[in-house]
Amino acid sequence: MFFNFMDELRAAGISASLKEHLVLLEALDKDVIRRSPEEFYYLSRATFVKDEGLLDRFDQVFSKVFKGIETSYGTQEEEIPLDWLKAVAEKYLSEEEMEKIKSLGSWDEIMETLKERLAEQEERHEGGSKWIGTGGTSPYGNSGYNPEGVRIGGEGGQKKALKVWDKREFQNLDNTKLLGTRNIKVALRRLRKFAREGAQDELDINRTIEGTAKKGWLDIHMRAERHNAVKLLLFLDVGGSMDPFIKICEELFSAATGEFKNLEFFYFHNCPYEGLWKDNRRRFSERTNTWDVLHKYGHDYKLIFVGDASMSPYEITHPGGSVEHFNEEAGVTWMQRLTNTYPAAAWLNPVPEKQWGYSQSVKIIRELMNDRMYPLTVDGLSDAMKELTRKQG
Amino acid sequence: MRFDGTKDYVATDDLKVAVNAAMTLRRPLLVKGEPGTGKTVLAYELAKAMGTPLIEWNVKSTTKAHQGLYEYDAVARLRDGQLGDERVHDISNYIRKGKLWEAFTAPELPVLLIDEIDKADIEFPNDLLQELDRMEFHVYETKETIKAAERPIVIITSNNEKELPDAFLRRCFFHYIKFPDRQTMQEIINVHFPDIQGVLVKKAMDIFYEVRDVPGLKKKPSTSELLDWLKLILNEDMPLEVLQSKDSSKAIPPLHGALLKNEQDVMLFERLAFMAKREAR
Repeated sequence: MFFNFMDELRAAGISASLKEHLVLLEALDKDVIRRSPEEFYYLSRATFVKDEGLLDRFDQVFSKVFKGIETSYGTQEEEIPLDWLKAVAEKYLSEEEMEKIKSLGSWDEIMETLKERLAEQEERHEGGSKWIGTGGTSPYGNSGYNPEGVRIGGEGGQKKALKVWDKREFQNLDNTKLLGTRNIKVALRRLRKFAREGAQDELDINRTIEGTAKKGWLDIHMRAERHNAVKLLLFLDVGGSMDPFIKICEELFSAATGEFKNLEFFYFHNCPYEGLWKDNRRRFSERTNTWDVLHKYGHDYKLIFVGDASMSPYEITHPGGSVEHFNEEAGVTWMQRLTNTYPAAAWLNPVPEKQWGYSQSVKIIRELMNDRMYPLTVDGLSDAMKELTRKQG
Repeated sequence: MRFDGTKDYVATDDLKVAVNAAMTLRRPLLVKGEPGTGKTVLAYELAKAMGTPLIEWNVKSTTKAHQGLYEYDAVARLRDGQLGDERVHDISNYIRKGKLWEAFTAPELPVLLIDEIDKADIEFPNDLLQELDRMEFHVYETKETIKAAERPIVIITSNNEKELPDAFLRRCFFHYIKFPDRQTMQEIINVHFPDIQGVLVKKAMDIFYEVRDVPGLKKKPSTSELLDWLKLILNEDMPLEVLQSKDSSKAIPPLHGALLKNEQDVMLFERLAFMAKREAR
């Protein structure tokens, strides 16, 4: 039973090792807890889980191992617990309707069907009378429904006598979906390159000792403080289709400003042209000439674009294609100039990687970037940083 | 030895289990949670409940792991050498004990609090692995080994600014203090303000959870802010009606300075108030 538990934990991505297992046994041996399932759950949670992002997964595993309830962690994008389904059903069905459905089959069967439908709906966003959320005809729902919404609605009202681990209170802490400032910082940290530069205000003890021993008098040597010497140019796409990604860009931006001393940022819209700006409220009055940027910041700057690269292909390929003004030279020319000037460059795209294929402009930008486009997730960010630190040939 | 919370500190069941496990097995307990949910206070209260001294090590961005063990004061020795002081012949005169040393050799079993371990450099926790695992370390200058006669109770808090290394985590118990639900919050308030009016608490909690639910807040107010706010309200002797007034022009809670710690958040509330007013017209 216990070994099974450990295997399951590992399968769910919680790095349980023999060490934790022994600790758990030791604690049980020393009667740390009273013999109740809740306390055992608390104890094993404190032993095995070391990151609040994994708490929800632990709850699922615990419930699976010790209650034999099927979970489908990993096989499905979003797991649909039975209680949500009930909540959905209760929310959307009147009592008579429920009776009617019950006459159609057992409650479990209905739940199963509902679950399937929800799963199907997750995958296919299309209309039709069968799906929940498309109105009237389906017994399983009658108005716009999405699993996220019910999760929020379901939490407050459902006062059921649930087991602690089945409450899944830590759901919103699961870190597979989340890219917080902390994760960004850790990823950005890959870009560290320490160098001593600037005012010499730190005592260099080794050289002082050496010098003193050699010369016979107190020979003090100073050196500059060590700090991150990476130089970064950040180009951020703003407005229009980027609006849904404001928060994630803000986080990236705040993490980057905290991490790099030599950071310069500029805004552009859809595709960089001859003008960039630093203050979005004055985007039309205070523009910086892109040539000036190219001349001012040296080749050793690393260039990061952040944008969804979703636009009409003409905006990249043709002069005058910009939606905001008449650009004399095509976006393609400017992209080439930028990538030629800054060999270390990457494009971060907040749009999920799966959807890149659907947009012509994403393909073009990707080609222009020599395939150096990365999704704005923790892994994508790490890959981008790896690419940026690679020795440029 | 069991910890069941104190009269000033409401401990949930899962926290009790984690603390008791850490105490019995003498392994460090790593506590995380939103700021203001009582991570540091846990160590204070634990020491109080056990009647043991508390040794506090506040970690800063410049803190190095060896500072917790000991420091060798070479400058003082150099000076003494120049002045011809007798003390200079015994190197142990220049060893400054750190907090860990203090905790290992304390006459009474202490609670050692390593506060905000994530503030220090990324390598900091790694440098303390052996010391926290075996509860001993070697002093090279005097060639002695300091070993804890009895393993102290170690509480470590983290605010999640940096991720901690796996090897370090393996050696700890972990507890995430989640934000208290209404019921626990009620208990916490009762513990801190035993004489407070029930209606006032209810109303204040309504406002508080409403504020927390406002989408887009930069910093959500937490337990400690609610307690401060209540204290202010009690101090000001604010009449209940002020809290109860459903006047839309007062969408910003009274004395909001205690709850909202960020000018953007205050502005957000002002905007909401403005919109509410416009709708009311």
